[in-house]
Amino acid sequence: MTRLSDLFRTIGRPVLIGFTVAGDPDYESGIGIAKTIIGAGADILELGVPFTDPVADGPVIQKAHGRALSGGATTDRLFSTVREIRKSSDVPIVLLVYYNIIYRRGVGEFCREAAAAGIDGILAVDLPPEESEEMERHLGQHCIDRISIVTPGTSDERMKMIAGHTSGFLYLTTLLGVTGARERLAKESRELVRRAGKHSDLPLCVGFGISRPEHVREIVSTGAQGVIVGSAIVSRIEGHLDNVAAMNEDIREYVKTLRDAIGN
Amino acid sequence: MRKGKFGKFGGQFVPEGLMGPLMELEEAYRCLSVQEVFRNDLSAYLSSYAGRETPLTFCANVSRDLGFRLYLKREDLVHGGSHKLNNTLGQALLARHMGKTRLIAETGAGQHGVATAIAGAVLGLSVDVYMGEVDIVRQRLNVFRMELMGARVIPVRSGTRTLKDAINEALRDWVARSADTHYLIGSVVGPHPFPLMVREFQSVIGRETRWQVQEAEGRLPDTLIACVGGGSNAIGLFHEFLQDEVRLIGVEAGGKGIGTGDHGASCCAGSPGVLHGALSYLLQDSDGQICPTHSIAAGLDYPGVGPEHSMLHDMERVEYVPVTDDEVLRAFSYLSKKEGIIPALESAHAIAQAMKMAGTVPRDHVVVVNLSGRGDKDVAQVAGMEGGA
Ligand SMILES: Cc1ncc(COP(=O)(O)O)c(C=O)c1O
Repeated sequence: MTRLSDLFRTIGRPVLIGFTVAGDPDYESGIGIAKTIIGAGADILELGVPFTDPVADGPVIQKAHGRALSGGATTDRLFSTVREIRKSSDVPIVLLVYYNIIYRRGVGEFCREAAAAGIDGILAVDLPPEESEEMERHLGQHCIDRISIVTPGTSDERMKMIAGHTSGFLYLTTLLGVTGARERLAKESRELVRRAGKHSDLPLCVGFGISRPEHVREIVSTGAQGVIVGSAIVSRIEGHLDNVAAMNEDIREYVKTLRDAIGN
Repeated sequence: MRKGKFGKFGGQFVPEGLMGPLMELEEAYRCLSVQEVFRNDLSAYLSSYAGRETPLTFCANVSRDLGFRLYLKREDLVHGGSHKLNNTLGQALLARHMGKTRLIAETGAGQHGVATAIAGAVLGLSVDVYMGEVDIVRQRLNVFRMELMGARVIPVRSGTRTLKDAINEALRDWVARSADTHYLIGSVVGPHPFPLMVREFQSVIGRETRWQVQEAEGRLPDTLIACVGGGSNAIGLFHEFLQDEVRLIGVEAGGKGIGTGDHGASCCAGSPGVLHGALSYLLQDSDGQICPTHSIAAGLDYPGVGPEHSMLHDMERVEYVPVTDDEVLRAFSYLSKKEGIIPALESAHAIAQAMKMAGTVPRDHVVVVNLSGRGDKDVAQVAGMEGGA
């Protein structure tokens, strides 16, 4: 059993997944923010791995990648960030990572270090099942869950295929496009949850564009097992770059309202 | 060979949101590219609109000076001023057949943006071009040309604000809007099927060159030289000759010198990695972060190179060499003065490499340089540099 499957099996309510980019805005503060997100009630921490070219991300998270890299982020520091968080928390940690970071480290070596640091799942954003044979082998070896994304544009047939290459949970995006908070939740999400539920028994977590408590409630009402919030947290980092205490306070308050919206 | 792979290189390393659009494109290309109507349509546009075939020009003055027989394949004479239109007409026709109404493109030097604007205008498709802020400044003339032909130029302010980031923005746009939009990529880079498709559209360069040299010299050339940014003009020339005993040289942006780190020479100084949907040679650091690049030529200012070039580099079938900005500037004025032909700064890289061959080959050695574009777009930049020097 992995931490992720344990969580979904036992929790008895939808989970809240909070995202931040490791090392944003700098190494120390990044660790603090991750702990704040967990402390405020996130059930799973999703950590973005800084990359110069985050093509799946909108402006808010792009800037976070940029800040983290300017702040000295490295792959070594990514793993030590996770080790630091693990000293005080046992929540599942999932990496959201662009494949070149993994490829450059060596796929086997990256997975070995990730497992040793305490990482539970890896979502390689730009690694479709068609290219992931080597990655899956190493993930399996180190008991790391392989998280995959499906979108409203993913066909039924493809969804079935992707689910077959996935463990932990399936990541459903509410819309076609890049990350970023949106005013209104796309109506496609309900239909996507229904379709994904037909083709897979995996827990379904919905992300992209979610920023308000009412979005969270709406996602919960679709029957999804999890809600993922990214840009809306990260924009609170950007909003307080000159005051780390206020930054953490703002994030704590915000994540709490999201957690409350999930209910019990 | 696995689908979309060149040896171990290439592939489709893209977010899930792009897999649908790529599969749709792959299928459309597979069906249409073999259909007679499509092929006839394209060749009609290439001949009566783009001005193909382009001449193969013997350079008597340069040949006398350098001591071998130099020909230029005159892609500078293609409508729009570069080889880029060969590809944009092909892809725009394909997009129209697919029912798309909007083209998006990235551009560095502006030549691909101009070629997309042209194809969009003549085929009735709307065009949005992503262009880094840095490039907008150094290629102002092309911005004006694109806008004149009805394209919208969208400044890219993220990352290095050059070609690489323009591609990122175009990919982000495409994920969200693939229903009505075709991403018309400008070189043999990106995920499958782009490297294959763009190569096939550009191979017209090599096919013409082959019979033109045969006609002029009664035999195949000894050496072919082309500049390599993403590598479309080079692969377009080389591909027809891969099986022949012809020396192939790809010239990369040596910038201020390979040792300085300020360059764009991905094959010469890079390592394999994944960027923009494909595994290929990249300029990256030990963590896999993509390095900033530099070239005097905006069209070569890119940290990657196409997957097929990456394979040809590993096989040592093509030699990849760098030339520096200074050598390029000398070649730029050398060709202008000797032959009355102003080369694009990108193409001047290939000229600079030919100049280095003086004295190393016999007099009857036949060299073809791909003159991928004309230099009008660069005149202001070079004049500014000389004024400032
Ligand atoms: C005239 C010219 N030559 C060459 C290039 C480089 O592209 P490629 O390597 O794909 O031919 C460009 C790109 O903008 C160009 O404008």
